[in-house]
Amino acid sequence: MAAAAETVVSQTEPEVLLAGHGITKRFGSVVANDDVSVELRPGRILALLGENGAGKSTLVNVLFGLHRPDAGQVVIADENVELSSPHDAIARGVGMVHQHFQLVPPMSVVRNIVLGAEPRKLGMIDVAQARRRVMDLADRFGLHVDPDAAVEDLPVGAQQRVEILKALYRDARVLIADEPTAVLTPQETDHLLDVLRGLTAQGVGIVFITHKLREVMAAADDIVVLREGRVVGTTTPAQTSEAALAELMVGRAVDLHGDRFESGATGVGSAVSTAAAPSDEAPIAEADEQPVVLDIAGLCADDDRGQRAVDELTLAVRAGEIVGVAGVEGNGQRELVEAITGLRHAAAGTVSISDRDASGARPRQVTVIGVGHIPEDRAKHGLIGSYSVADNSVLNRYFKRPFAAGGMLRRDRIDSHARDVVATFDVRTPDVDSPADSLSGGNKQKLIVGREFSDDIDLLIAAQPTRGIDIGAIEFIWRRIRERRDEGTAVLLVSAELDEVLALSDRVAVMYEGRIVATVDPRTATREEIGLLMAGAESSAAGS
Amino acid sequence: MRALMRAAAVPLASVVLGLVLGAVLIAVQGHSVTSAYGALVLGGAGDADALLRTLQKATPLVFGGLAVAFAFKAGLFNIGGQGQLLVGAAFAAGVGFGLEGLPLVVHLPLALLVGGAAGAAWGAIAGVLKATSGAHEVIVTIMLNFVAGNLTDWLAANPWQDRSGSNIIARTPLVEPSAEIPTWGWLPAGFVLAVLAAFACWFVLERTTYGFEVRSVGANRHAARYAGISVGWIMASTMAVAGLLAGLGGAIESLGVDGRFEAGVNVGLGFEGITIALLARTNPIAVIPAGLLVGLMEAGAAKMQFESGVAPEIIDVIQALILLFVAAPLIVRWLLRLRDRPDAPDRRLTLGAGWGR
Ligand SMILES: Nc1ncnc2c1ncn2[C@@H]1O[C@H](COP(=O)(O)OP(=O)(O)OP(=O)(O)O)[C@@H](O)[C@H]1O
Ligand SMILES: [Mg+2]
Repeated sequence: MAAAAETVVSQTEPEVLLAGHGITKRFGSVVANDDVSVELRPGRILALLGENGAGKSTLVNVLFGLHRPDAGQVVIADENVELSSPHDAIARGVGMVHQHFQLVPPMSVVRNIVLGAEPRKLGMIDVAQARRRVMDLADRFGLHVDPDAAVEDLPVGAQQRVEILKALYRDARVLIADEPTAVLTPQETDHLLDVLRGLTAQGVGIVFITHKLREVMAAADDIVVLREGRVVGTTTPAQTSEAALAELMVGRAVDLHGDRFESGATGVGSAVSTAAAPSDEAPIAEADEQPVVLDIAGLCADDDRGQRAVDELTLAVRAGEIVGVAGVEGNGQRELVEAITGLRHAAAGTVSISDRDASGARPRQVTVIGVGHIPEDRAKHGLIGSYSVADNSVLNRYFKRPFAAGGMLRRDRIDSHARDVVATFDVRTPDVDSPADSLSGGNKQKLIVGREFSDDIDLLIAAQPTRGIDIGAIEFIWRRIRERRDEGTAVLLVSAELDEVLALSDRVAVMYEGRIVATVDPRTATREEIGLLMAGAESSAAGS
Repeated sequence: MRALMRAAAVPLASVVLGLVLGAVLIAVQGHSVTSAYGALVLGGAGDADALLRTLQKATPLVFGGLAVAFAFKAGLFNIGGQGQLLVGAAFAAGVGFGLEGLPLVVHLPLALLVGGAAGAAWGAIAGVLKATSGAHEVIVTIMLNFVAGNLTDWLAANPWQDRSGSNIIARTPLVEPSAEIPTWGWLPAGFVLAVLAAFACWFVLERTTYGFEVRSVGANRHAARYAGISVGWIMASTMAVAGLLAGLGGAIESLGVDGRFEAGVNVGLGFEGITIALLARTNPIAVIPAGLLVGLMEAGAAKMQFESGVAPEIIDVIQALILLFVAAPLIVRWLLRLRDRPDAPDRRLTLGAGWGR
């Protein structure tokens, strides 16, 4: 066991690390995987691409033993295997980094990594040895984390590295990651891709899922594209292009111009002009005469650990404009949104919405004033997994007409509303009675977005609105946000994707350490300027 | 229909398993299984009297089961059915014998109402403490069971004791005829109320906005808050409703079966509600057959002993076995729910507040 790390590059190199042959998986009437075959060889990165609901998560879950396939064969290290649970996969050297990390927050990094497989001495956990082994692994793979820090104090990117170390500590030769970059900042994403590259150099094979074509082109060796549960293409970055991949995924040509998958090199100007083409003339000048809808003054709020996260923040959003908040994650964006929407207690300051005082308002009051809120954490706040799609489609409006009358729910109205949302936002589900848990990640997000768009609102607060959504649907959601803006809704957009902020916003507010440090015009500011401001540089040139 | 079968599979299997193991125990003791189980069924449903006994036994079980099931929908584990039932029984009896000269249409509803209200208040204490300070409802309701036991014992032994004749038992006088719950042949009116209560619970939970709120809090507290639901109010009010149900069960015992409140008579009834609720998988409608099943076994136990010599305690053993089989998956899941999502910060807060103060 002491030589755990060495076994990663074992002598008897298998030809195929992990494979599925003819995998078919059905959920009721839905065929999530239809005769899918994929193969992962040592030292390679296999990227799975596909629209929301194409069956990517299902496939990796089958390969990891979370689902049993209805037909087909799973192969691990050249051997046909029957996986009855993830334990079987882990025992054969397959590790998975889940989107919701499986870590114990108050415990240290080392303890989390060795949990369940602790080195022992005289029946006690040999802490020194555990620590040494973890440090060795971390050094070897360039996964830098503070071994003694409590996991809850680490940023998301570092927690993810802990998850990877956890898998490597268990001698993983295959690492599966389902949308690992969805929650990462661009810098963290780059770092992760480097780490994955480093792992392949040591013979580890990697399967990863992403919606970002740029990452696929940059990191993958092999690309498998799924559509409606079937493999529709197997290729390599050298043989394809982003446009070709997008077309393969969606089954039609996708205009990549103006979305965030365009490489940053072409600059912001083009992104904005193509993106906002129809109503490009509207904002800024005219918006100044529009009434202020969201008015925040001197707002202070603390994070979960009692640290000041929003610090005397002042910001106004007018009717008919989109204000994008740009910032490195963890600079108080989440707390800002929660303080406005009533989910978090504000320590000081005022918030007014549509000229009504909403300081310290409860979530219900904020909704009733006319605010839509796409929450950042869809599993925690956005949906109730065990509830039907229909119930989730009115989750925060169930008490309103026409969904309720006299304290009674009106199922027929709720169902027909849900069918509207599902049809308009292309939520892929067999019916509106299915539980939200059965939707794919991106379809959950579409359901939330659709819900928040379906009410008459004056203010839309959108936190990471397109997280986990495929490129086709992003186009659509962006268009809807712009339409809302043009109809006079004030929009506060918070996104970790600078491209998204730049493409949608009429003004960009740069947030750093709980304050808005500058407000810039996305049509004139460069990415570099904004990047510097996000990193805390004093604003002088860019301020407006 | 398919869904119904799937939902009922575990409880039905558990019942069958429990009965089979019970049969083995009976056989091992050298008794005849067929005559024992035959007598059990005859004693519980063989004639009008048997049926009446079963329905009377089932009534508080259904109410107790509902008291657990309803709270469970909000994610609360109500162990306090016993205490809520006791105060309901005592106060309903108090009104039943204490007020004289009222017509039945006033007196009986009033006594039921007071019993229910007493239970509701008892349940609400735990709910309010949970909502305001995070005090864990399991601990609080268990402690309140002791308080309720002692309080009602004292009431029955002191201010409300029956002083007639040479009575030295800690019990109230018989309630006035105008506060008695009638029995129609083999059908006690109390059981009708229990069935109505079960359907009412189902209706409230599934059809009203309040029920939507209760279930939301139980399924995902954070999302409930996002949805604008006052989590504290739901916790407090849900426990009050649960207490109301258990209290009504107690009131019907006093007014419809015993005719009075007597210290020590109803002990244990409230706890059986947990069995019933788990057997029904916390579905309010399913609480009715679950209550009937257990009621039948209890009603038939005496005849079983009389006819085949099997000790009636075997019924408790079978019940315990059934509970074990049903509860194991549920309890495991329950524990998991407490432990999963360790990333949720509020959870730590709640526990901290719950245990710390
Ligand atoms: N547990 C489940 N029960 C029922 N249906 C399911 C379940 N899990 C997935 N599905 C269905 O299977 C299909 C494929 O889902 P999957 O999660 O694999 O998609 P995906 O490619 O990962 O999509 P996304 O990009 O949105 O994450 C979807 O139609 C989904 O609704
Ligand atoms: Mg997925």
